[in-house]
Amino acid sequence: MKKLLFLFIIILQPTFAYGLIQVDITRGNLDPLPIAVSPLHVDANSKNFKDIKVNKLGDKISEIIEKNFKATGLFNPLQKDSFVQKPDIAHLKPRFEDWRLIKAQALVTGKILVKDDKLKVEFRLWDLTASKEMIALAFTTTPTNWRRVAHIISDKIYERLTGEEGYFDTRIIYVSETGPKDKRVKKLAIMDQDGANTKYLTLGNELVLTPRFNPANQLVTYLSYFRNLPRVYLLDIETGIQEVVGNFPGMTFAPRFSPDGKKIIMSFAKDGNSDIYTMDIESRIVERITDHSAIDTSPSYSPDGKYICFNSDRSGLQQIYVMKSDGSDVKRITFGKGLYGTPVWSPRGDLIAFTKVRKGRFYIGVMRVDGSGERLLTENFYQEAPSWSPNGRVLVFYRETKSGPQGKGFTAKLWSIDITGYNERKIATETDASDPSWSSLLSK
Amino acid sequence: MKFEKNLKNVLLVLFATLALTACSTGKKGQLSGDVYTGKETVKYLASGVPDRVFFATNKSTLTTASRATLRKQATFLRKNKNLNVTIEGHADERGTREYNLALGERRANAARDYLMTYGISGKRISVISYGKEKPVNTASTPLAWSQNRRSVTVKVN
Repeated sequence: MKKLLFLFIIILQPTFAYGLIQVDITRGNLDPLPIAVSPLHVDANSKNFKDIKVNKLGDKISEIIEKNFKATGLFNPLQKDSFVQKPDIAHLKPRFEDWRLIKAQALVTGKILVKDDKLKVEFRLWDLTASKEMIALAFTTTPTNWRRVAHIISDKIYERLTGEEGYFDTRIIYVSETGPKDKRVKKLAIMDQDGANTKYLTLGNELVLTPRFNPANQLVTYLSYFRNLPRVYLLDIETGIQEVVGNFPGMTFAPRFSPDGKKIIMSFAKDGNSDIYTMDIESRIVERITDHSAIDTSPSYSPDGKYICFNSDRSGLQQIYVMKSDGSDVKRITFGKGLYGTPVWSPRGDLIAFTKVRKGRFYIGVMRVDGSGERLLTENFYQEAPSWSPNGRVLVFYRETKSGPQGKGFTAKLWSIDITGYNERKIATETDASDPSWSSLLSK
Repeated sequence: MKFEKNLKNVLLVLFATLALTACSTGKKGQLSGDVYTGKETVKYLASGVPDRVFFATNKSTLTTASRATLRKQATFLRKNKNLNVTIEGHADERGTREYNLALGERRANAARDYLMTYGISGKRISVISYGKEKPVNTASTPLAWSQNRRSVTVKVN
């Protein structure tokens, strides 16, 4: 990952007014907020930087912001051809009544300057109903970061309008899949949350599965069949250095980081029995967390690190359990009809997302951490492996289609859905894709 | 008259047996419960020694037929003392990936344990689970899934 200097330099006349427009994200939004995103005005002193053409940059940034907003289902970005003011003039002070005419309730304006290898950005969010400025921010970065600029602006506006942290300046790591179903080539791939900037991190020589970000983002843990030995690995995205985690005499799998990023929790299979272990990345000290003759796998920490939810078939069939992080106080939390797998604790701490299998159908759902309040969000032929957006509002998962003879018609794709159960969307990927993991905010 | 009645009974029993057989073998006569009993995907370590056994959904219990196959493998391995094998454990596509990795591991070990009770040293048998990553039949049908729920004994040297 490219390190960037991110300088929030000025907060221009912050306005903290009450009674301004707000977007409620706690329920499905059937009436998305009409928002006008004006193209960012490009300062006349701007110069092209490498292959980045400055004259289009203001339009491109505003288009990415619009796409982000549209994908939330909470906002309705308005057509630009109805816009009533030039970007530079609107940015100084919009004629509120004119913008209200096109039924916009919020307006985003901004300007950019590319000079001396730097990209200076300034943007404002206007409440058109109250005729007030809601945010004004400016910052400087390298011009190659222009897409991230669009995501950061999106995050700030989302935050201001919903009262929740955004999730646009984030990335998704996943397994890219190509080739026929019985000879799949799987590679680790990483992309921006909106599908841009896809990069492949492995070559596809060996099978790789279940990559997961650590909270600090430079490290990823995943399962690799390197030399046909299935083991948990650690990969530094910046340096490309990979190393095997621990020295286990058998398969290790289902890895995840602890919330502080210091430990990896995973399953280790010995003589046919899988139990949960942790390894401290720095000291390499290994601890056994569960000791049961049944399968214990898919562990996931609570965000405070005090609890672990996991998948076990100790009752005879796959169910979800919660225990203290030292392995004590194991409690089964799923008692509904069907099988439950892939529990993942929400970053807000309030919910556990899971996969449920019942009568040959697969569901992605959420429930409270004691197992109550189960809500199934989506049903399909096959889908699993939910991963949380950093604000705990959206889940990304993968879905496979039913295949005919010789695996015909088989696809695997990433999808996202709000925890309200609304706004299900396919995420465009260059290849088939599975096992997504959402990063935390990059610019936190 | 009595003879006729007896014949009728015999026919009834015969009919009932046929009906039962039809039920328990299922589609194409290749499933017992949901365990695959056919030969379509099977390869052989040597003449008369099948390389694989099949499992019920979510199970790693060896069926009577599986145990018979593994005993043949054990006899074959006793005769070929320098031969080592890997047992690959597999699952069908109808389970979550991580659980299936564990399930494949458990299936492979069920086969390994059985070979060991027939005198084959554990040192000669390594195991690897592929979960649902290496299906032999790529269709999404109960028959394909039954063929994919398997452990396969592979010669290493």
